Amino acid sequence: MRDVAVVGFAQSQSKRREVNLNDTEIVIPVIHELKKGKNLKNEDMDFVCSGSSDYLAGAPFAFVMGLDAVGAWPPVCESHVEMDGAWALYEAWAKIQMGYAEVALVYGFGKPSMGDLPLTMALQLDPYTQTPLWPDAISMAALQARICLEAGVLTDRDMAECASRDRRNAKDNPYAQVKGDFSIEQILADPYLVNPLRKHDCSPISDGASAVLLVAGDRAKDYCDRPAWIKGIEHICEPLDLNVRDLTRSRSTEIAAEKAGVGNAKVDVAELASPFSHQEVLLERALGLGADTNVNPSGGAMAGNPMMAVGLSRIGEAARRIWDGSAGRAVAHATSGPCLQQNLVCVLEGN
Amino acid sequence: MNPTEESLSAPHVLDYTYKRSLGPILSQFFTGLRDKKLLGVKRKDGSVLFPPKEYDPDTSESIDEMVPVQDVGAVKSWAWVAQPRKQQPLDKPFAYALIQLDGADTTLLHVVDGGSEAGMKTGMRVKARWADETIGSIKDIACFEPA
Repeated sequence: MRDVAVVGFAQSQSKRREVNLNDTEIVIPVIHELKKGKNLKNEDMDFVCSGSSDYLAGAPFAFVMGLDAVGAWPPVCESHVEMDGAWALYEAWAKIQMGYAEVALVYGFGKPSMGDLPLTMALQLDPYTQTPLWPDAISMAALQARICLEAGVLTDRDMAECASRDRRNAKDNPYAQVKGDFSIEQILADPYLVNPLRKHDCSPISDGASAVLLVAGDRAKDYCDRPAWIKGIEHICEPLDLNVRDLTRSRSTEIAAEKAGVGNAKVDVAELASPFSHQEVLLERALGLGADTNVNPSGGAMAGNPMMAVGLSRIGEAARRIWDGSAGRAVAHATSGPCLQQNLVCVLEGN
Repeated sequence: MNPTEESLSAPHVLDYTYKRSLGPILSQFFTGLRDKKLLGVKRKDGSVLFPPKEYDPDTSESIDEMVPVQDVGAVKSWAWVAQPRKQQPLDKPFAYALIQLDGADTTLLHVVDGGSEAGMKTGMRVKARWADETIGSIKDIACFEPA
């Protein structure tokens, strides 16, 4: 395997509604910030890969417009995934492994505020047996949360602890959308949004974008004093239908974590892209995280959830803590599909 | 010149115009719904998947033995929708639910016309209410109601 490192990261402010910019205009300043900070020119990039969703933009091939943010000259070798940018990063990593690239720019972007996001998410379900019923994403998550609560695998206090921690941590994150001191008691006193989920159990709806720079081998040191080396990266998918999955655990995260080697050494920092608090509890267990891991120092997805960029941002946030020396080993997570159907796990190390 | 009178306009329908076959298993499932019959598929271990699949989700084996399931069953989980959106199946508050029908070993995602949130309970028995006209769609079951 070739050594590949995350050496650069930029992100936009997560906003509930970006009124003045379209989705391409959201990503332009992010990519410019990353390129300027790393003195990176287009001719330096061997590969460009993006993650976005035409379902958010409401038009086929809308992602092509995103390339305007990179620039059209000189011609770029590029690809796109209809997934979170974390999967675009996986493709770029694979491209580098195959020897086709050494320097790769990865970005993800989304403007879900253009539609009714919980309803748009119903389009990812089975088109024959499920989508015609338009089950919104919050109801789907509530079905899972109820199963977990009634099976006794977690409590609403466990969920509130995650929400409280994430929003407290987010106070130090200038890009976060939802932040503040909310005690567990305060959260548990809130009314239900969709029983058994309270508003604090849900990640926000966010417009936003992020970008990451990957570099192979010794050249990584040209861009970063202490590169965040990708020691393991894996993604695993479960069946789409909830009815053939064990919803009280995240089996795909467990398998991805094992293959990526999460448990091989202490994890200093973990950044989780969990859309709902009960799923964060399940993810922490699936990754085997204990009290010695600082979970979601940025606030995670619960503090800012730019669709199609939130997973990539977790990799960037984890890498940032390797660069500054506050972590020696970090784990980043991204998810896709209903109720944690598919999960990506990435292990980063400073040495 | 009034631009609103002079501008050309054309309808833009956002749609994928492909036609796809349902395949051998879902074809039987939806034809069954049209005839107000509920068909699952038996896995090699004898358990019944409902709705049916062409392949076993665990072993990837082809499975094709269709078996009937009942139109009554138990709610395994539910989420109350207090303010339905216009696309959603009922125009009054209802529950999305995972319902295990008698004769099936897996749950169906569908809706329950439960009256009120207080009327919903995990384990409650529900029965299918058929649509006035059945056409071979998951919405041939209008909803489930307390049995």
